[in-house]
Amino acid sequence: MMHIDHAEQARNAGEQVHHFHGGLHLRHNKKISCETPLERTPLPGLLIVPLLQHYGPEAEATVKTGQKVLKGDEIGCFAHLGGGYVHAPSSGIVQAVARRPISHSSGADGWCVVIEPDGLDQWKRLEPLTDWSDADPALLRQKIRNSGIVGLGGAVFPTAFKTDEAIRQGIHTLILNGSECEPYISCDEMLMREEPDSVILGARILQQAIGATRTVIAIEDQMGVVNRALKQAVESAGDDNIKIVKITTIYPEGGEKQLIQVLTGLEVPTGGRPTDLGLLCQNVATATAVAQAVVEGKPLIERIVTVTGNGIRKPRNLVARIGTPISDLVEQCGGYTNDVARLVLGGPMMGYALNSDANPVIKAANCILALTQSDIRPSQVEMPCIRCGECARVCPAVLLPQQLDWLIRNQQWDDAADSGLADCIECGCCDVVCPSHIPLVEWFRFGKSELRSLAVERKQAETAKHRYEARDARLLRIKEERRQRMEEKKRAIKDGAQKQQKLAEAIARARARQDRNE
Amino acid sequence: MSRKFDPGVAPHFPPQLTVTGVMQQVLYALLPGIIAYTWFFGPGILVQILLAVIFALLFETLMLKVRKLPLKRFLGDWSAVVTAVLFALCLPPLAPWWIALVGMLFAIVVAKHLYGGLGQNMFNPAMVGYVVVLISFPRVMALWLPPTSIASHSLTFGEVLNTIFTGSLSLGLSWDTISEATPLDAIRISLASGRMVSEARQSPVFGDFGGLGWEWIANLYALGGFWLLWRRIISWHVPVMMIGAVVALGLVAYLVDPGSNPVPLQHVFSGALVLGAFFIATDPVTCCTSNRGRLIFGVGVGIITLSIRSWGGYPDGVAFGILLMNMAAPLIDRYTRPRIFGH
Ligand code: SF4
Ligand code: SF4
Repeated sequence: MMHIDHAEQARNAGEQVHHFHGGLHLRHNKKISCETPLERTPLPGLLIVPLLQHYGPEAEATVKTGQKVLKGDEIGCFAHLGGGYVHAPSSGIVQAVARRPISHSSGADGWCVVIEPDGLDQWKRLEPLTDWSDADPALLRQKIRNSGIVGLGGAVFPTAFKTDEAIRQGIHTLILNGSECEPYISCDEMLMREEPDSVILGARILQQAIGATRTVIAIEDQMGVVNRALKQAVESAGDDNIKIVKITTIYPEGGEKQLIQVLTGLEVPTGGRPTDLGLLCQNVATATAVAQAVVEGKPLIERIVTVTGNGIRKPRNLVARIGTPISDLVEQCGGYTNDVARLVLGGPMMGYALNSDANPVIKAANCILALTQSDIRPSQVEMPCIRCGECARVCPAVLLPQQLDWLIRNQQWDDAADSGLADCIECGCCDVVCPSHIPLVEWFRFGKSELRSLAVERKQAETAKHRYEARDARLLRIKEERRQRMEEKKRAIKDGAQKQQKLAEAIARARARQDRNE
Repeated sequence: MSRKFDPGVAPHFPPQLTVTGVMQQVLYALLPGIIAYTWFFGPGILVQILLAVIFALLFETLMLKVRKLPLKRFLGDWSAVVTAVLFALCLPPLAPWWIALVGMLFAIVVAKHLYGGLGQNMFNPAMVGYVVVLISFPRVMALWLPPTSIASHSLTFGEVLNTIFTGSLSLGLSWDTISEATPLDAIRISLASGRMVSEARQSPVFGDFGGLGWEWIANLYALGGFWLLWRRIISWHVPVMMIGAVVALGLVAYLVDPGSNPVPLQHVFSGALVLGAFFIATDPVTCCTSNRGRLIFGVGVGIITLSIRSWGGYPDGVAFGILLMNMAAPLIDRYTRPRIFGH
């Protein structure tokens, strides 16, 4: 049961701006990619579309090699949970369904549908729903689910999963996250600047789909242009349930839990979700994808990607089809500078380093960041922890990183779990401020995965034990039953013998009487 | 054409600080105070610093070799130098050279490396070294100089070197004529002989608030301390609470019995309080890690310092205060754990 005051506080989300613990003031580096208008990436020679682009199990290919597909055709599907649907980014022939390097933190190859475009870029028959405001919310959610929409902020959680959960739990406020807390990334800012109407439309559709009564759009305090654009879009939409809130730019203010804390002053309980507070959080780009899916009938086949960093000659934002090789995008941005050293998918704080730019653009690819040697940490010279407490000061999850680190290294898993290891959001703040250059986040990722596998093992052991205990009990029961049966039998036999004996005695007595009488 | 890249793990971000950087900034912050010290009390202190640094680096090298640790990485962290400088700043300027030797032996070898080296030590090494020499050689450690401006004889650099290295004064000089009680000693002595603090303050070793010269040195230490605060090398919690506790308790004592208690500001501007508050008690390794813990830590050092100054057997209690609170720090940390987000 949520506290009454908390419910009230959650309802007032965005009325007041609160703070979260710790965080970092980071240099933005966003301007460099915001100066050129959005541009489309041309159709590549081959589209490599991974089947795992959402949080959850890999989708299964629904097309075969040699098959012709139209733009927007479903080519992969995982129908359970929130669903993971993948669509053809252009029309053409399926050249292969094969394992290819994909940009996934596991580093392993993944199944991909490789499409050779025919150059016609021909859409499948679209089914737009222009009168969405009269539509059944369930139908809207169905559209969202089938259009392969996932959280475009980078977490790629299937949006349908969240909307279904929202319906189950009942929520009042939709929060649209327009604050890109990581440096360099500017795709959402560009989107809100150039397509504010589409963002607002998406917000209204989502709001209807999940039965929320109001929407709060959070943007960074320095996005002046965005603020004006969105305000105007809200005005022309004539919807006064949408509120735009400027929040202070402190990394990681765009993290879901931090954003909610900033807007409501409440903490999402550990292990819980924003829906527990009656809130649903979505990225602004996701809202746009929803708008397109509903009113145009178009599935999610492209996204805005920020291509930036000191390793890129002309940083900018591109609209790229899913499946386009990253090298194509880089080329469109003038190529690499000579001193490029690392290629990152995502931001500098939480992004994932790619080992090749042949990897395709995926739904999670909000940013392609090329860094030079001086941007990244020099070869790690790790010193002992000097207990300075900086890590704890900046930790938005209010953990004690230095202690967690120690516990993990000494394999004290239970203590690490008790100290909130699972609550670490892997934001990297602690890591960046640590004067001893201890790779804290790396340890925490490792520790978290160990905790998870430990939990699985324990569960297995538990079930095994359970089974064992059950078997024991069954054996015992069987034994007991057998014993009972045996005793019954014995009794029965005894009784029978007694009866017979009585009978025999009776007969004998009778005989004796007879004999006497004779 | 596709291109290969070296993988790396997030964050892909240069670290903001290094241990070396922290230590160096602490040293920079000490500079104004050291300059003032030299100005008021002559060049002896510079010799002490140099000696302590040399011995510290020697012992550090030795211990790193014994423990088979990379010399370059650990000597390059400058932590031994900081220990040495902080230790030297607590010495009387004419202390014989072997004081630094003994002090650094205990600071670097015992307090630091026998406890596990950088980051593992429970006690502040500089304070361990200082307390060892203070307790072992109380007579030598009590030979302080008056500020040069009021000194009857101002020592030449040669005389200073001679005194430090031979342990005896140059011909024609005697400790009785050149040494002078520190302001804290002066108060203690006069109180012991039944006089009032206000009478003691008639002595020329006093300035406007604290000791003559000492108050300026303290000001400049504080200046360096503020710079460290601004650079976020230290947090405000320990210095504010430590000085605050001394002022608050000192005020109570003064109001209750102004005859035998100095005005609270006098406490702040004499002895090692400011140096200790900004530079020694804030040592990350031996302090508390959480801010709430640091508040308690600071108050603790303040209370102990004042108690020792008022009732203890030593004129200044900062070192003891810090060492005692070092001992309590792990316990304080345990009880001031912050509430985890969402718990
Ligand atoms: S990575 Fe984890 S421990 Fe480190 S600051 Fe972020 S939440 Fe805290
Ligand atoms: S920031 Fe690094 S050195 Fe400082 S306490 Fe945390 S882990 Fe230790």
